[in-house]
Amino acid sequence: MELSEHIKTANVEDVTLRRPFHPALRGTLCVTSHHLLFSDRKDEASWQLLILLKNIDAIEKRAVGSSGTITIKCKDLLVLQLEIPGMEECLNIASSIEALSSLESVTEMYPFFYRPSHLTLNGPWGLSSTEQYYKQTERLWDRWRVSTVNSDYSVCPSYPSAVIVPREVDDDKLIHSARFRQGGRFPVLSYCHHRNGMVIMRSSQPLTGANKKRCKEDELLLQAVIDGSELGYIIDLRSAQQAQQARMTGGGFESKSFYSHWKRIHRHHERGKVVQESLIKLVEACSDPSHSVDRWLSKLENSKWLSHVHSALSTAGLVVECVERDGHSVLVHGSEGTDNTLLVSSLAQLILDPASRTVTGFLCLLEREWIQAGHPFQQRCAHSAYSHARLKQECPIFLLLLDCVWQVWRQFPLALEFSEALLLRLAQEVYASNYGTFLCNSEQERCAAGVKENTHCLFQSLLRPDIEEQYLNPLYEPTDLAIWPSVHPQSLQLWTGLFLRWTEYAQNMEEAREEVWSIVKEHHEQAGPDRTNNTLSTHCDTLTSFENLMDELTIL
Amino acid sequence: MEHIITPKVEYVKLLNRYPEKKSVLGTLYLTATHLIYVEQTNNTRKETWVLHHHIMSVEKLPLTASGCPLLIRCKTFQLLHLLFQRERDCQDVYQSLLRLFQPVKEEELYAFLYNPHQNEEDRRQGWEFINVANDFSRMGLSNDYWEISHLNKNYEICSTYPSILGLPKNVSVATVTGSAKFRSRGRLPVLSYFHKDTKAAICRCSQPLSGLTSRCVEDEQMLQAISQANSNCPFIYVVDTRPKLNAMANRAAGKGYENEDNYSNIRFQFQGIENIHVMRNSLQKLLEVCSMKSPSMSDYLTGLENSGWLRHIKSVMDAGVFLAKAVCEERASVLVHCSDGWDRTAQVCSLSCILLDPYYRTIKGLMVLIEKEWISFGHKFSHRCGHLDTDPKEVSPVFTQFLECVWQLSEQFPCVFEFNERYLIEIHNQVYACQYGNFIGNCQKERLEMRLHEKTFSLWPHLLKNQHLYRNPLYRRSLECTVLRPSTLPLHFKFWCGMYNYYDRGMHPKQSVLDQLLSLTQKQVEGERTMTELQRVRGVVGVVDFVRVERYLTDMTLSPSHPFTAAGCCRWKRASQTLRFQITLLELNPPSSKSRGIHFLPNGISITLS
Repeated sequence: MELSEHIKTANVEDVTLRRPFHPALRGTLCVTSHHLLFSDRKDEASWQLLILLKNIDAIEKRAVGSSGTITIKCKDLLVLQLEIPGMEECLNIASSIEALSSLESVTEMYPFFYRPSHLTLNGPWGLSSTEQYYKQTERLWDRWRVSTVNSDYSVCPSYPSAVIVPREVDDDKLIHSARFRQGGRFPVLSYCHHRNGMVIMRSSQPLTGANKKRCKEDELLLQAVIDGSELGYIIDLRSAQQAQQARMTGGGFESKSFYSHWKRIHRHHERGKVVQESLIKLVEACSDPSHSVDRWLSKLENSKWLSHVHSALSTAGLVVECVERDGHSVLVHGSEGTDNTLLVSSLAQLILDPASRTVTGFLCLLEREWIQAGHPFQQRCAHSAYSHARLKQECPIFLLLLDCVWQVWRQFPLALEFSEALLLRLAQEVYASNYGTFLCNSEQERCAAGVKENTHCLFQSLLRPDIEEQYLNPLYEPTDLAIWPSVHPQSLQLWTGLFLRWTEYAQNMEEAREEVWSIVKEHHEQAGPDRTNNTLSTHCDTLTSFENLMDELTIL
Repeated sequence: MEHIITPKVEYVKLLNRYPEKKSVLGTLYLTATHLIYVEQTNNTRKETWVLHHHIMSVEKLPLTASGCPLLIRCKTFQLLHLLFQRERDCQDVYQSLLRLFQPVKEEELYAFLYNPHQNEEDRRQGWEFINVANDFSRMGLSNDYWEISHLNKNYEICSTYPSILGLPKNVSVATVTGSAKFRSRGRLPVLSYFHKDTKAAICRCSQPLSGLTSRCVEDEQMLQAISQANSNCPFIYVVDTRPKLNAMANRAAGKGYENEDNYSNIRFQFQGIENIHVMRNSLQKLLEVCSMKSPSMSDYLTGLENSGWLRHIKSVMDAGVFLAKAVCEERASVLVHCSDGWDRTAQVCSLSCILLDPYYRTIKGLMVLIEKEWISFGHKFSHRCGHLDTDPKEVSPVFTQFLECVWQLSEQFPCVFEFNERYLIEIHNQVYACQYGNFIGNCQKERLEMRLHEKTFSLWPHLLKNQHLYRNPLYRRSLECTVLRPSTLPLHFKFWCGMYNYYDRGMHPKQSVLDQLLSLTQKQVEGERTMTELQRVRGVVGVVDFVRVERYLTDMTLSPSHPFTAAGCCRWKRASQTLRFQITLLELNPPSSKSRGIHFLPNGISITLS
């Protein structure tokens, strides 16, 4: 069926559009294969609103006399109302939106049709690769290698074709280890710490099952990660009880007797449906018009969203503590190793690694640790907070990552090169995008669909100089130190930038941001060549104050 | 001094919130004014100074194996957990502190000892710096509708009101005195704020002594006069800030609220702000949440909810917003009261002033507002802050709540306040510190009797001197003419970590945008300010703005006490990206060798004294 066949009514005149905090507008509404277009042609200066149909999470229809009202709830949390004269038109529009906003076939999605004049398809796609990361990280060359055992995605369908593993472990052992891990996700290197060479590894759970199976190759692989004398930490993102229970369904955990040089720590993290429901509850609470503070606080508590933020940052802090302070390597995994595992390992890198705090570095981190590492974006982001559809595999784990990064930024407002605007943009793009970056669930799928050949790359586009400036943090001052966020509940806040994005409040914050920019620009003009000195001195102050505060952190 | 049993105790541990962090041994000193804890490790010496007046409670905890613990809670929300090796020392310190932190007599308060190295002239100028009468003129009084009255100059009509009152024009003395008699403690309806644009006024008073049936013609005339002073609206709002139930209960005791049938054209409204006892208990609960050892997110949010604190903050804000809306949207005058009209009424009136008038959002404007609505209108600072050993049931964080409302507003509107969070916290600390005389006593009459202006100094010049610390770099003057319309949805009310967990630095952001921006803008602002001032000095040769020059000298850490006159040449030039200034000052007395020569101020300004 052609996409256009879903469109019964393409054009409706005299439609009234209502948006929060804006006066109502009258104009023409058009439905195309991928967009909803509203244009107001009252005056000469016409105003247009273009919404990707994929961005629409839920619609509600209501009949008022002979006309109908459609409420459109978007995945980026915007809520719109359209008053459409004529009941039939209204129903047609609604059914087109319903059909076209939930396309399942990747190649029918808009990124495959998006062809802006300023971009060509032949340009570079993506920013980094496993090989590049290996080349850049000199510390790895001695004891680690790039393995292409997964070049045809047969060993692990959700891994990229190349992974970094200990030099002394051959591909054959990797294949055995992969069979012993859920989804074939054998332990691979995720990060090597520039200060002490300690590494963060990630994997899925071992398939020990009820009768405590073991896998020699898997044990050797982990043994090879650390020297015999050393001790490594396994951070299991499930409670000890959950890990025990997983054995009944074929999963399990690394037992002390077979992995004697690894110490296991359990940290409970919610996953899947629970997190998705948190988002739904939180968004519902944020739009609650009731004026009771008690009700709001109780809904906020009940949503548990901030509790998830709290656990993610605490566990990331724990990983950092192992790597940076105690000098141990760490293996992170939960069950599948595609969600919380990636959340914790990428947050730990942001805290540890100054390189991942630049715009490019951060996007590279997302690319390596989320896109190439096989976070199933298509499944996880099929629906957002408003959808009434029965939940399948949805889970806003990536949104949770962005929230955690925002919390880090709030506590270290000078340490990240990028601004909140970049996080907001990513929060939007991950659900509905013109670009192919977040399509599919793994590199294998992207390869099969020809994503690289037929769509544009978001990250490349964000780094274009004319675009990039809006995503820069004007106050950025790089620091080499780990930036340990406080995880006291008092230190964590609701991410108002995202959850109150479409309110008046956001406008006030925007004014403040502009003011910061203008102060910084003015200062640069005035200070001229002296500028470097100036930043250096404040930078030193910052460093000492970090050190003082470091020991107030309590995670272990 | 006679209360200090032991001035120095060695080997005292200051326990920290986080048990796994090692606490070191230190020495505790007790002075007449401060408790000082000194920690010496290797080459670093860390001193913790706590003003006795800042202490809220001292509690001896049960003996443990490691020593005798003493828990000191402060009004600034600091928490000191000390561990003594000997029971005897602990007891001595405990005994001494009990006597020191809540003196019995006013003269024992710190302000009566403290001298910021100012002479009598400075002291006088300092007290005159903020003048409530000037604020009336700024609002445009006297005019066709309102006038300044001296009827209360001997505090005979109302002992807790200021000596000057804003009253409707041509209201008779009989009406004023009659109305005063019908109001609790004589606190009759008077002007709090006049809004020039709409001619609407905010007035304040205490509850009427209406009981179940009483009425008073003069009081009715008074409200009539207030209504007639505003031709833009045929009615006035009468806002009772209490919950309806409380107001009803008062009727039985011969007090109560206005009966709409007796007054012509009033619209009566309850606002539901709870009384001082509820607020005190709520803060108590909030502080328990703040000091939980390692709460989960749920524990914390549930605790926050159960404390009710943010609910109360919202109720104050709601009332303030109601007033501001009535004035600017309906152009209606408003009369506000609670029971006595010195707690909730002060909160609500001052908050609506901030919403309506950008002047009160400046550093100086907030001083004026506090001086006007709180100090002169008889908010009982001595009782509410527990300066002296008096009835603990009189203590309540009413003023703290006002400061928090301002902070909540600044979170919603980051560019409209000239000051930053530190200013609010500093004012809060100073209210409890009793280092300056402003917040001692319960009303103007009492302050006069205590001769505070002769015996103590005013806080405001001190704050002004340090105003560079309190500046909000995002402040945009262009926005100043706007009335603030904050959202009062519950999700906009945040927990103020910067206040209630001020001393838990680990919880705060590790880098400060504020400081960063201040350091970027400091030079520039200093430059601009000095330039305009110098131009003025050049224009009027021989006369120089005394206070300003003095400020530079203070900045230079020169003694500011001798009088300077500046004459002759002031030159400024721009050189190599930074502004350099030269002021040649002639001293009446010959300059000492210490002050002669070129002085470089930290902000890049140089001053030559010859």
